[in-house]
Amino acid sequence: MTDATFTPGTEDFVHVDSNVSVEQISRPSLSYWQDAWIRLKKNTRAIISLYIVLALAFFTLPGPLIWQVDPTLQDLNQISQSPSWPKNAVLVGPYSHWNGVTIPSFPVEPEEYAESVEPVTGLRPYEKPTTQQVRLIWDPAKGAAGYNIYRNQRPPENFNDLGLPLGTTYGGNEVSYEDRLSLESRPYYYSIVPTDGYDEYETYTVLNVTPQMTITVTEAVDRGLIPVDDGLQVGREIQLEFHPFGTDYLGRDMLARLMQGARVSLFIGIVAPFIYVIIGIIYGGTAGYFGGRLDAFLMRFADFVVALPFLLFMILFKIAFGIGPGESGVLPMLLALILLLWPATARLVRGQVLQIREKGYIEAARLLGAKPYYLILRHIIPNTMGVILVTLTFAVPAAIFTEAFLSFIGMGVAPPTPSWGSMCNEGVKTMLSHPHELIFPAVFISITVLAFNLLGDGLTEALDSRMRSRE
Amino acid sequence: MLQYTLKRLLAGVVTVWFIATATFIAMHMVPGDPLMNDKAVSAEIRKNLEQKYGLDKSVPQQYVIFLGNMLKGDFGISFTQQNRRVNDIIRDHFPVSATLGILAILFAATGGVLWGALTALYRNRTPDIVIMFLVILGISVPSFVFAALGQLLLVNINSFVGRSVIPVAGWGTILHMLMPSLVLGLGTMALLTRLMRSSMLEVINEDYIKTARAKGLSPVRIFFKHQLRNAILPVITILGPQIAAITTGGFVVELVFAIPGLGRYFVQAVQQLDYTVIMGTTVFYGAFLVLMVIIVDILYGFIDPRVRLQ
Repeated sequence: MTDATFTPGTEDFVHVDSNVSVEQISRPSLSYWQDAWIRLKKNTRAIISLYIVLALAFFTLPGPLIWQVDPTLQDLNQISQSPSWPKNAVLVGPYSHWNGVTIPSFPVEPEEYAESVEPVTGLRPYEKPTTQQVRLIWDPAKGAAGYNIYRNQRPPENFNDLGLPLGTTYGGNEVSYEDRLSLESRPYYYSIVPTDGYDEYETYTVLNVTPQMTITVTEAVDRGLIPVDDGLQVGREIQLEFHPFGTDYLGRDMLARLMQGARVSLFIGIVAPFIYVIIGIIYGGTAGYFGGRLDAFLMRFADFVVALPFLLFMILFKIAFGIGPGESGVLPMLLALILLLWPATARLVRGQVLQIREKGYIEAARLLGAKPYYLILRHIIPNTMGVILVTLTFAVPAAIFTEAFLSFIGMGVAPPTPSWGSMCNEGVKTMLSHPHELIFPAVFISITVLAFNLLGDGLTEALDSRMRSRE
Repeated sequence: MLQYTLKRLLAGVVTVWFIATATFIAMHMVPGDPLMNDKAVSAEIRKNLEQKYGLDKSVPQQYVIFLGNMLKGDFGISFTQQNRRVNDIIRDHFPVSATLGILAILFAATGGVLWGALTALYRNRTPDIVIMFLVILGISVPSFVFAALGQLLLVNINSFVGRSVIPVAGWGTILHMLMPSLVLGLGTMALLTRLMRSSMLEVINEDYIKTARAKGLSPVRIFFKHQLRNAILPVITILGPQIAAITTGGFVVELVFAIPGLGRYFVQAVQQLDYTVIMGTTVFYGAFLVLMVIIVDILYGFIDPRVRLQ
């Protein structure tokens, strides 16, 4: 060990070229809203909800331009039709009377009544069955003095399951029947039961018939399906009115009414919260910023309004603002909603303002000479925007619910204006026989409320600063 | 505590006065008056009727008389139901609405707390996902749809059994109350479940839970004594307003199930502009709701000692 310590000199160091770029430490700076948007995009449920909301907007605004069916057009021939694909019908001439078939050679009454008879044979349609009429004939049964005719919508299981009694013929030789009772293009099961003139023999014959959809030329002209009756159109196939969502109890097109109803429901559901949230911002902002006696007074008043029994006052106010003849009652409801619901937002905004007021940047702005309203509008309100947006999202479903609720108990929009709630009200009466009249508006309400709720949840998570600091 | 209660009660009285005034103003804004529903009467009869009901006096005078009678607890005589006192209407029909509301709240609160706690414990596992899906459904489907579906269910049950086991509509026995209170409580239950879940999730990670666990307490004891008791507080806060929502929200359920509750009378009274019945029911409901909120707030102090200290 000659040299105990090694002292490095300049020549011991070699210069290395830096070909690696300096690591970027800072991320690009993101604004509050950019950051929130990125968070929201990660939330699948919220994004799906956003798409649903956009789809609803499309359904509501340009919807009626695409589906140009008059929602007020009543068609009493098409009451409570189920949803279906486009249907075609064959044009037929006017109804012509049919005398039926009586076999002269066969006795009207048997000479001796037997305990039982054989079922009738040869049951067949007399001509092509249509929705205008189904004509049946059969071979007479020996020993019968008449026949009962039944119609069922499914194959009968036994003698007690023959379905709707249609009619009776008196005489063993009267072997035909014409059914014209609200026929649809669907399978029917006709049963013929021989009788002794009074009582039935316990035996029957079944025939499955599916009538063809037909429409008379006159009716087609009446309904505007063909321009004029030129006498040459019988036998031609035409397309009937298409009701993809069926029709309601007055034969109005459900899809057109749902679109019109969406305009009413969404108008109330979006405009009312929008206005009362703005009122709440101004009211709560003023109270929170100025504080002291003014705050106490304003908030006391807000507390009073909160204490009003909500639905009772909704009804009372709605009636108080009055509906003139021919008006829809949308505006009174809007007013009532605004009058009753602003205090919630006012309270919330006040709370936020009270917190933000004490922040350093407000103090700095004030030192620079900012006036109160400049401070409120420029610094305080923008910082409460996140919370307000969330409130707004949750206020929409609440307003839609209230509208539906009031319309359902008959205190909402006045008929014939459709809203989803009043459509439910009409649909619930025919719930058992025509469920689609209740299901469609109910599903629309539910989906809308669901979408706005999930979107609200997503926004809360995306905008919540507490969640942010947790990561 | 006593001072706090008295202060709240006094504020409550002022609130009820405000409700009464607001109702009075809104009611007199409605065009027409209650006597217009009757058949056209001669001017003299109308004058006599006006005198009988005090409608001949000016509106401010009517207001003073009304306030005076209200202080005595007298809401007057109904316009449309001859000789029936509003107090009697309330006495006859409010118990029905209240029973329905209390049953619904009981059902909603127990269900909400239970399901909420359960979902928090099974977070992100199958029970949680299933229950939260149902909760979202419960929040999004309007109550009248549930009411209609509930009735449909009863019809099917009855036709399946072959006789009327559970009545589809009407009021009287406990069986009548079952489905309406269930339907009425469903929405609130969904709301409370959500609230309970999030508050339980916050509590679960608290230090004192870790301490309790480290002390070797049994999970059951931790659940009931530490987690549930702390997590339930926000649920209780919201219970006051929810009682309000449920009792007035009973309208639809009363309508669908043909229950003779107060809600039906209110709607009828508004349509016929029955001044006394409108005033009576609104003020009564308002007072009831104010009282409920006060009771819940005071109750809160008993459950959470921290609030009492402040």
